[in-house]
Amino acid sequence: MKKKSPFLKILGSIVLLGIGVFLGKSFFGQKNMETVPIPSSMKYRNVGHTKDTTQVASDREFTGKIIEVKKGSSIQDAVKEANPGDLIRVYPGTYSENVYIDKDDISLQGVVIKGEWPTLDGKKKINDAFLYSGNGILIENFKIINYKGNGIMGQAGNNFVIRNNWIIDTGVYGIFPQYGKNGLVEHNILSKIADAAIYIGMCDNVDVRHNEVFDNVAGIEIENSRHCLVENNYAHNNTGGLLAFVTPGLPIKTTFDVILRNNFVVNNNHENFGAPGSTVSGIPSGTGILIMAADDVIVENNIITGNNNTGITIVDLATGAPKANDPNSEGNPDRVVILDNIMFNNGNDPTGEIKAIMLTQMDTKGPDIFAYGGGTGSTIRDKNKYRTFGLDGYGASQITDTEDIATMMTPSPVPPRSVSKEELGELTYYGVCAGCHAFGTRLIGPPTEILQAIHYDNPQGIVDYITAPKNLREDYPEMPPQNYLSEEAKMAVAEYILALKH
Amino acid sequence: MINSKVILKAILPVVILGILALAFFAGQRPSSYYPVPLLKGSCPPGFKLNENNECIAKNLYSQYEKTNKAGVGGLKSALPEIRDGFSPQEIDLGRYLFFDPVLSADQTVSCASCHDPNKGLSDGLAVSRGIDNNKLKRAAPSLYNVGYLKKLFWDGRASTLEEQMLEPLFSEIEMGNTPENLLRTINDIENYKKLFAEAYPNRHKDEPILLKEITNAIAAFQSSLVSLNSKYDQYAHGYDGALNKNEIEGLNIFRSFVARCAECHTPPLFTNQQFAVIGTPEPDGLPLDPGAEIPFTDKSLRGAFKVPSLRNIAETAPYMHSGRFKTLRETVQFYTDGRGHAVPEGENLLIHWHIWEPNLTEYELDRLVDFLKTLTDESFKPKVPKVLPSGLRIPS
Repeated sequence: MKKKSPFLKILGSIVLLGIGVFLGKSFFGQKNMETVPIPSSMKYRNVGHTKDTTQVASDREFTGKIIEVKKGSSIQDAVKEANPGDLIRVYPGTYSENVYIDKDDISLQGVVIKGEWPTLDGKKKINDAFLYSGNGILIENFKIINYKGNGIMGQAGNNFVIRNNWIIDTGVYGIFPQYGKNGLVEHNILSKIADAAIYIGMCDNVDVRHNEVFDNVAGIEIENSRHCLVENNYAHNNTGGLLAFVTPGLPIKTTFDVILRNNFVVNNNHENFGAPGSTVSGIPSGTGILIMAADDVIVENNIITGNNNTGITIVDLATGAPKANDPNSEGNPDRVVILDNIMFNNGNDPTGEIKAIMLTQMDTKGPDIFAYGGGTGSTIRDKNKYRTFGLDGYGASQITDTEDIATMMTPSPVPPRSVSKEELGELTYYGVCAGCHAFGTRLIGPPTEILQAIHYDNPQGIVDYITAPKNLREDYPEMPPQNYLSEEAKMAVAEYILALKH
Repeated sequence: MINSKVILKAILPVVILGILALAFFAGQRPSSYYPVPLLKGSCPPGFKLNENNECIAKNLYSQYEKTNKAGVGGLKSALPEIRDGFSPQEIDLGRYLFFDPVLSADQTVSCASCHDPNKGLSDGLAVSRGIDNNKLKRAAPSLYNVGYLKKLFWDGRASTLEEQMLEPLFSEIEMGNTPENLLRTINDIENYKKLFAEAYPNRHKDEPILLKEITNAIAAFQSSLVSLNSKYDQYAHGYDGALNKNEIEGLNIFRSFVARCAECHTPPLFTNQQFAVIGTPEPDGLPLDPGAEIPFTDKSLRGAFKVPSLRNIAETAPYMHSGRFKTLRETVQFYTDGRGHAVPEGENLLIHWHIWEPNLTEYELDRLVDFLKTLTDESFKPKVPKVLPSGLRIPS
């Protein structure tokens, strides 16, 4: 046999490999980018500036299935189908619905194709676009227009991520997480909102970054919330740009530890179109930043220009909201820190009380920084740089920057409270079953020891019975099915009942 | 025949002896003695007995993370702290006291007269009635979940149950009693002496019953009145099928920022326990009730009332502090009729900012009512005692 040269052998195998790869690609490979790749969760921001990451998002893995929603179908139907860990991807089209998410760890992701957005249109008839109560909710890449109440509202729900949404005229609030801990609101664009475009209400540990808010009554509002970072936002032509305050009469009473940093707060001179009676309806047009009764607020490195009333207003509750009274709300802004900010061209057309007060100073312009009312311990880094009123009590600030604080979010997601199986069984037994069953005594159903005798060593028997009870005993009324309990809770309580001693 | 004779002979003396004994002991029986069962040694439903003989609240809301002290939030949020830790005996003694009209001056009115378990622990009246059928100023609130509340009375003037109950007990127009008369009465009843000795074992049995023991026992019972197993709760804990389509629509209207119900009636208790001036009308001919303005001497609280819980609301018509609205439908209608529309002329109330003009449709109002009806749960309804330690009858 004639020996082939090794060179030919190698060449041959390369050619064969090439053919293989070509065939493989053409038969099995992606012909085109028909599905859109899932975004990378954007693990970095401000490269070289801070060490921040969007921890919550990058920690999340889409462990579940992907449910696709196309034009003509309903997002809510997909939510109904979804289980924790699932990702719902919504394709371009108009969806006129109210989507509510009462489950944990559901991600809703709009898919924007060639500039076409999946659009939730409330047609000024539907109340809210998204309502959620679950933990770990992600809502991104949606255009939301013409709702009556909110664009996105959360009631409770920790570890939320709301980003890349484009929200126009959704009624009272644009993005409104309430009672949430650890959240991120970023890269949203919001306009024409009749109260606050982004309203962080009674929350903790929230970052609000890189959003653009304009033509609203209030741009970004941190209210009765703690540990919030408002950074790199562009707030322009609102009635008031950035707000940090305490509203009295709410069940959670304090606002403190808030950083307003690296924001553009420019030309916030929109007329106030807030609803009569609302807190923001009292904000004078031309307010750049308003700090009312909030404590430990740091204002750093913002560009605050062209706000016709004042650049920064710092007031107590008695001055800012003289109507309200709540003995449990401490009304003074304490320990406000003003670091370096660029401020000019503010106060060109002051209104109301500020105009009157400035006239007593023989000044027709509003100041860059205006402080009025109570509060102690506030400081400023370079008072001489700005035109100020009421800052006589402000000492020199003890810090120069907040470089060390990259984020206010918690280092890792707020864990769900873990309840052991036994504990869940106990909670279910005493919280539900005990209405009819007790040890050693007949209530409505048989005593617990009889249940133990019937289902001895057979928790599954209890599970089956409580899911679909059959009336076995004439002397007792029929038990209603307890099928609303989760499978986990049913088994836990079955085991708990069998183990109960007295 | 012989057999039966023998048996008869044997039985007869026993029967005779039995009759004699019965007659003898019957004669010994003091006239005030009524057989009252001993106090229960087990906790009421919703509570677990611990090793210190304390009843500790247990329910499915305990599985959620407490993110705020106020116990407010969404569906899966922890409750505020409850007053628990009472002994089963204190709770059961409180139950007897609660239902016993002996607590009132003329022994006709009990706590349960206005907080009737068959009327959602309220009384179904616009305003309650005291002794001599005296008409009171305000409606009796339901006592369900009262152990979670930090302020009591419509105007929030009491902060503990013990403090609260002194008013109805000793108000001339409610139960009409005096502390002296109450203590005299209770200390004269053998049954109560025994029961108090059982519930408060650390003191000497012959020491007189104290007022603080009476109020403590009643507070123990009241704190045990929980209602957390409604259809809504089943939904909240994760069972989608608990609510039908209309009820879910109602829930979404309830929590939306258009209607804003949930902003003050915040889950899981359906109250945020704050004051609010909402400007509801009084029944015809009655002047405006100044509410919390009086106890807090604060003009900004004129017309303010504590936000009531909505649990079991369908069982406790009529509605509002003076029962102006007969139905839930009328009540929800009020909130969409315009900010301050019912405020009397010349009054300048600081109406709460959440009262606005949501322009809810008829359809939406109906759905809200559908939802409110899902908050009913009386599975832990307290048992009315069959016999009272005083020997009095339970007023019907």
